[in-house]
Amino acid sequence: MRPQTGWLSLVSACSALLLLCGVTPAPAQQAQVANVTGHAAAGKPLYTRYCAGCHGDDGDARGENAQWIDPKPRDFTLAVFKCRSTPTGTLPTDQDLFDAMTRGFVTTNMPAWLPLTPHNRVDLVAYIKTFSPKWKTGKPGTPITIPPEPAATIASVLHGRELFQKMECWKCHGPAGHGDGPSAKTLTDNKDDPIRPYDFSSGSRFMCGVTNRDLYRIFMTGLDGTPMPSFADDIKPADAWDLVHFLRTLQPLDTPEAAIWKAWLASHAGELKPIGPEGSGQ
Amino acid sequence: MRRQYLWMVGAVGLVGSALGARGAPPAMAGAISGKVTYTGTPPKMKPIDMAKEPSCAKQHATPVTTENVVTGPGNALGYVVVYISAGDPGSSAPSEAVRYDQKGCQYIPHVAVMQVSQPLEIYNDDQTSHNIHPLAKVNPEWNKSQPIGAPPIHTTWEKPEFIPVKCNVHPWMHGWFLVLTTSHHAVTGEDGGFSVKGLPPGKYTLTAWQEQFGTQTQDVTISGTETKTVDFVFKARAY
Repeated sequence: MRPQTGWLSLVSACSALLLLCGVTPAPAQQAQVANVTGHAAAGKPLYTRYCAGCHGDDGDARGENAQWIDPKPRDFTLAVFKCRSTPTGTLPTDQDLFDAMTRGFVTTNMPAWLPLTPHNRVDLVAYIKTFSPKWKTGKPGTPITIPPEPAATIASVLHGRELFQKMECWKCHGPAGHGDGPSAKTLTDNKDDPIRPYDFSSGSRFMCGVTNRDLYRIFMTGLDGTPMPSFADDIKPADAWDLVHFLRTLQPLDTPEAAIWKAWLASHAGELKPIGPEGSGQ
Repeated sequence: MRRQYLWMVGAVGLVGSALGARGAPPAMAGAISGKVTYTGTPPKMKPIDMAKEPSCAKQHATPVTTENVVTGPGNALGYVVVYISAGDPGSSAPSEAVRYDQKGCQYIPHVAVMQVSQPLEIYNDDQTSHNIHPLAKVNPEWNKSQPIGAPPIHTTWEKPEFIPVKCNVHPWMHGWFLVLTTSHHAVTGEDGGFSVKGLPPGKYTLTAWQEQFGTQTQDVTISGTETKTVDFVFKARAY
């Protein structure tokens, strides 16, 4: 009996030693954006200094400022992220997290972290990934393929408008995109906190970028953790660009799409079938 | 004694292979059946106003209510999931898909039970778009749109978890995916009755789960082909 116990304790001592030495660094402790490698150990003091106030020391969105903030800070322990290049239900890429941190989140308390160097931000990405075991057991999703954007035409805008009706985007975003659809007031996020759909008439930046490509990505990947679903199974890539072109006409901006739309509308407004159940659309 | 033991091992082995191959109940197996009831006063279910979705509202002749606590005559409790939580030697997931329907802006069934890796098919039978938003925490949380006439969504869950499901477009829509490691499970009907079949002889822990009243467990020993009777009584809280 005794020799056996001795042998067992030797084995456990050896494994403890292996664990302590950390022979193979876990991938979750690192982040890679372009040619910059970030390290969680370097990200930790930065996180404590700049992020923990809202996101909490443990990444659980319970920092001391969180109670005053709406929308609430991201809870990194869930590893659910809005702005991704990857399909719904998958982890974002390091680049996605880096971009989100760099861009900030418009209409929220999350600023653009440009004062931090790119290397700092990649270190922070590495550290953020230590808060959920999902980064150890899973890999980021494969970014969706976005075909080159075709030129906007009145045909593409009109087809996009049909999709806006058919996919029932107006149920939340409203017939004219004012964020006032019939379901808008009841929307909640994955923590049951109220959340508002994007109001296109505000003309503000989108949650995940400013370009047409960003807009394409938003509705094809969905904003995980929010009511905004992915339409990747329902909208073909060519059709998705048509929807992008229509959505641009809903913003009070001088975009090429808006110019095409206004010119057409001047002589064809009467031909339009209204959007929504009884037609309160434009 | 020894011979009997060997015979039982053999039976368990046969049962295991039969389950693995077809997922069908083995010839030599027992069962647990019983009834789930409540004491006290259960909460009144709230009526659902579907006026904002006329295509769904017109599918219901009588007003639809929420389904958090479904009761029947004799204090019966429906939509209670009863399953083997310990003692199941395990079996591969059945290949038959679990079907989950969105019909009349309701989830049918309200609680869908499946095994880890078992196929799940989600249908939209309505003349309106739905978005399926399983609020998973252990498994990946995803959110997919399913417009009118869209094909079913095929998916699986890889880890055991009780996942609340909601549709953000129709905030009253609320259901559950119960992902279990066992294939031995049952959901009570409005009469509160259940039957967990195909159990090889052995010691088991049986768990009953009700979404608002929590869980209860009982230890059960099955020998031969007997059917043990096990009842559960939940204490109802009005809110």
